[in-house]
Amino acid sequence: MSQITTHAEYLDPILAHYKLNQHNLLQMLREAQEHFGYIHPEAIDYLEQQLQLPRSMVEGVASFYSLLYLQPHGEYRVLFSDNITDRMLGNMDLMESMCGQLWVEAGKVSEDGLVSINTTSCTGMCDQGPAVLINNIAINHLTQDRINSLCELIRERVPLSGWPLEFFAIEDNIHKKDILLDSNFKFGSALAEVLQRSSEEILQEIKTSKLRGRGGAGFSTGSKWEFCRTAPGAQHYVVCNADEGEPGTFKDRVLLNSYADMVFEGMTICAHVIGAKKGFIYLRGEYRYLLDHLHAILQRRRQQSLLGNNILGYTDFNFDIEIHLGAGAYICGEESALIESLEGKRGTPRNRPPFPVTSGYLNQPTVVNNVETFAAASLIGLHGGAWYANIGTETSSGTKILSVSGDCAHPGLYEYPFGVTVAQVLADCGAKNTQAVQISGPSGICIAANEFERRIAFDDLPTAGAFMVFDQSRDMFEVARNFVHFFKHESCGFCTPCRVGTSLLSNMMNKLANGHGSPYDFAEIEKLNELLLSTSHCGLGHSACNPVLDTIAKFRPAYDKRLTHKEYIPAFDLDYALSQARQMTGRDDTGAHLERIHVSK
Amino acid sequence: MSQNSNTPHNKNQTTFTLDGKTIPFSEGQTIIQAAMAAGEYIPHLCFNPEFKPHGSCKICTVTANGRQTASCTQQPQVDMMVESDTKQINDERRALLQMLFVEGNHFCPSCEKSGDCQLQATAYELDMMSPHFDHFSPNRPLDASHGEYLLDFNRCILCSLCARASSDVDGKNVFSLAGRGIKTHLIVNSKSGKLADTDFTGDDKAAHVCPVGVIIKKRVGFAVPIGKRSFDEHPISATPHPIVKGAI
Repeated sequence: MSQITTHAEYLDPILAHYKLNQHNLLQMLREAQEHFGYIHPEAIDYLEQQLQLPRSMVEGVASFYSLLYLQPHGEYRVLFSDNITDRMLGNMDLMESMCGQLWVEAGKVSEDGLVSINTTSCTGMCDQGPAVLINNIAINHLTQDRINSLCELIRERVPLSGWPLEFFAIEDNIHKKDILLDSNFKFGSALAEVLQRSSEEILQEIKTSKLRGRGGAGFSTGSKWEFCRTAPGAQHYVVCNADEGEPGTFKDRVLLNSYADMVFEGMTICAHVIGAKKGFIYLRGEYRYLLDHLHAILQRRRQQSLLGNNILGYTDFNFDIEIHLGAGAYICGEESALIESLEGKRGTPRNRPPFPVTSGYLNQPTVVNNVETFAAASLIGLHGGAWYANIGTETSSGTKILSVSGDCAHPGLYEYPFGVTVAQVLADCGAKNTQAVQISGPSGICIAANEFERRIAFDDLPTAGAFMVFDQSRDMFEVARNFVHFFKHESCGFCTPCRVGTSLLSNMMNKLANGHGSPYDFAEIEKLNELLLSTSHCGLGHSACNPVLDTIAKFRPAYDKRLTHKEYIPAFDLDYALSQARQMTGRDDTGAHLERIHVSK
Repeated sequence: MSQNSNTPHNKNQTTFTLDGKTIPFSEGQTIIQAAMAAGEYIPHLCFNPEFKPHGSCKICTVTANGRQTASCTQQPQVDMMVESDTKQINDERRALLQMLFVEGNHFCPSCEKSGDCQLQATAYELDMMSPHFDHFSPNRPLDASHGEYLLDFNRCILCSLCARASSDVDGKNVFSLAGRGIKTHLIVNSKSGKLADTDFTGDDKAAHVCPVGVIIKKRVGFAVPIGKRSFDEHPISATPHPIVKGAI
């Protein structure tokens, strides 16, 4: 009991802050973890008791998110971002060096409980990698020197607050600005314009602008807002999707760092149109470092009467924004999974219909839009729909911010009117000898050199923003294999095809990488892709096969050289199976091997 | 197989077509609910007519107006063309079954649920001759802590029927899903993680909904001999949800 009292000391303020509301469970778990570095079993006792929730539900939620731990995970929890761009910058060697220096095996906690080292999905720092999260705080530009310093600090048990500040520096790296990034937006300016007019008129402006969702799918923003506005419901909600988890995408991080007012103002305009009193920003857990900054801006906006009651003196226009942090789950970028997570649950995509516009947060009509969409809505509020519709192309109005990374001289953000060619972007970012570009991340499309005249637009190359460049030295098979591992790690596990299929696909790609491939495996991979495409529950399963299908179609030689056998051979590797025994006995002589066909694991 | 498909129906009755047969449906019914009401079988595992459709196993996938969808969650539209018993769809269902078999540890010959197991019976129904994929052989310890029941997690297909029964019918929340992706697994509601420390009893609905052999009553093993069990006598397509003999 006394121990429970100890937990009450730090949990009571958290529970009070979140008003004992079970919909805030994920937030409470995340904050509870900050106390011990993991969620203590007795903390769960207390939460269970105070929130009147079954323990199995609390554990079910906590175990869904990869940045939450139910067992001790070390005083220092080091997670290497493992996007292909981090790999290209040598993250694996750096991780090995760190493991060696700190005497810990990757994926495990050191015996003294000091440190754990593992990989995690892309942390959104591809323009300044290799990147790492330590206790959920980002550190970029890793070099061997920096790794050595980090090891020293960890060994000396220096708290993160005492580490050199330059380690935590995060750059915007904006290389090309257009209407949005160059707007010099003054907070409140769009809202002042918008609130002089009726919500019908503003909705019409959004429709006139032909703005389409910037998360990649490109649904008409005006239609979405209209559906939500007319849907019956006691409350309406505005949700900003800042769960920017698609590997290679980092524009929302910069928008929230340097253009947050535009985003908040866009959300407030949306609230005016749909009649919402409450909005949420769902910020990915990897961007935890932005939280205080965003809270400060929200607080300033409240003081400026841009949020809160009677906004800018308009009676009955009351709206405020709350920030929810994710905890390491790519699937929560899917809007219905995001809403489940906002409600404090496991981030499993819902069965649709109904869609969020009629039944979203707490089953009320909800608009979920991308960060960039809301920022664009502010511009439209300020300059009008017709002005915006004139920019870009017929089907894709306005501009698109690209997050450029990989083999180029100047990785970072580039904003273009829609319709820009891939070749133009490559020239601007200083890419040379480019072999391929992955547009819109692993779930997007991989294009080869003969397609570089294609255009960034919804009717040609739609994108959420990722633009990863690969030069001729890169092995496109390894690119696809990295993406397949990503999907396996991020599958929510709800439906059979995606849960099991992404693991099978990953195993098959490993089999090819290990030199056990034959045309049979190739055919199996293609069959699996079709199955995932036709039976998966959501877009993750549907797109999990894209990287493989694209690279097979366009970079066939990268696969051919791995189909070393004409006839099928099993994936099971006798020699590899002995590796544990070799490790235990410390032997590595010829007598300890069956055959040396294992290439790499 | 169907009694109803040729019976004339009310002119105002809305209908859709399932493999060429006319199926009546009412507001709110999903494709599989309407099909079962009409005596038509669509293979399924996580669906149980007593519970709200869940849509996770995807075995009940059909083609509805040309688009593949889970028939347990998809509502039909008037005159919708639904295809279920086609080679392509059955091939896909078989592959999904094979995935479920290799994901867990399923040893039918020694399983107490053999002959009463929906996974096994559906595999027979769809002519699954081998697991095809490499086995994952996960390590999933049993929980024999409870006096009356044991849990063999090796056989779990994550349909969540026990979790749904426990929360929706029993009001207890004994079972939940935990973890993510391929590491998704069933847990019980106790700090020790043991069934004995929950308020589970044999009277719970949750004790009787497992379509496979996870939740097993102790000391009645093989009361009905193999060969005389539900699906030994009738294929699952004839009686998808038989009352299991000797189970209660």
